[in-house]
Amino acid sequence: MADHGIAEPGAELRGLESFVADWSGDQEAFKRVHWGKAMMWIFLLSDTFVFGVFLTSYMTVRSSTTIPWPNTSEVFALTIGGQHVPLLLIAIMTFILISSSGTMALAVNYGYRRDRRKTMLLMLATAAFGATFVSMQAFEWTKLILEGVRPWSNPWGAPQFGACFFMITGFHGLHVSIGVIYLTTIALKVNRGDYERKGNYEVVEIAGLYWHFVDLVWVFIFAFFYLW
Amino acid sequence: MDHGDATARAIPQQAHHGSEQGQQHPLGIYFGIWALLFVLSAFSYAVDYFAFQGFARWSLILLFMWLKAGLIVAVFMHMRWERSALMYAILVPPLVLAVLVSLMSWESDYTFWTRIIFFGFE
Repeated sequence: MADHGIAEPGAELRGLESFVADWSGDQEAFKRVHWGKAMMWIFLLSDTFVFGVFLTSYMTVRSSTTIPWPNTSEVFALTIGGQHVPLLLIAIMTFILISSSGTMALAVNYGYRRDRRKTMLLMLATAAFGATFVSMQAFEWTKLILEGVRPWSNPWGAPQFGACFFMITGFHGLHVSIGVIYLTTIALKVNRGDYERKGNYEVVEIAGLYWHFVDLVWVFIFAFFYLW
Repeated sequence: MDHGDATARAIPQQAHHGSEQGQQHPLGIYFGIWALLFVLSAFSYAVDYFAFQGFARWSLILLFMWLKAGLIVAVFMHMRWERSALMYAILVPPLVLAVLVSLMSWESDYTFWTRIIFFGFE
């Protein structure tokens, strides 16, 4: 790299060159990135591996069993007004989580516009969507447990189905629950004016990163566990 | 961390050291992506509803999955506006999962045939 001298070396670089310049620069690799945001991203990276390993082990047991895998389309079907709709519950849960991602993205935006009231309301709406999601998951778990699904057996096929289901959706549900508490806390702090005084709403964006990640993980769970 | 509103509003916008304008983008982008995510989710559900099978099923599932994941990371999580230093540090490491996935699919294939050969069909 050429010597740029002044204040921000490598500021005009793009792509790979700017990556190399930042990482070989002094003191900090993530220049002009709030430390909390960098740390949240690194936490989410580690969480990616946790979920990655869960989904990989699910793939492993599913493709190594000689007994047919239960048909998720049927297992998670609902009968509404005499109509048998496949995978309905999961579809609704998916739409709820996407809605919550939308309200969260708007909350971050209004945070940077320093609109405290809208930010708080949108974050609380996000948390409410999250709570709805977890309630539906509780309903789903109850239904399956009553139908006889256990981590070691189930009435429809390969016994590993239960272990994968409870482990993966349980860990994801835990993330959503923690997210609901996290978002509510930050929303109340926004309302109280904590970030106004600091003149910094990045905390809202950081909470948003966590929430979008939870939605992101659901995209993969939906595809691999429910649809595949 | 506590009470007293006082001088709050007097602090200038760019008080802290930075993050380029703090990820301020027009609202339209978010509504657009939001709508797109709904449509893509509806498509993924349609894959199951209309009971696509075989190649069509898994290729469509993967396509919609990656599109949704990409939109969430790039726009909602603002990755496309972040510096390359952060982008590479976060997006490259998960690629090693591909190694684990290929090792485990190799392994599970072995387990599967071992079960067939030694235990036969149920």
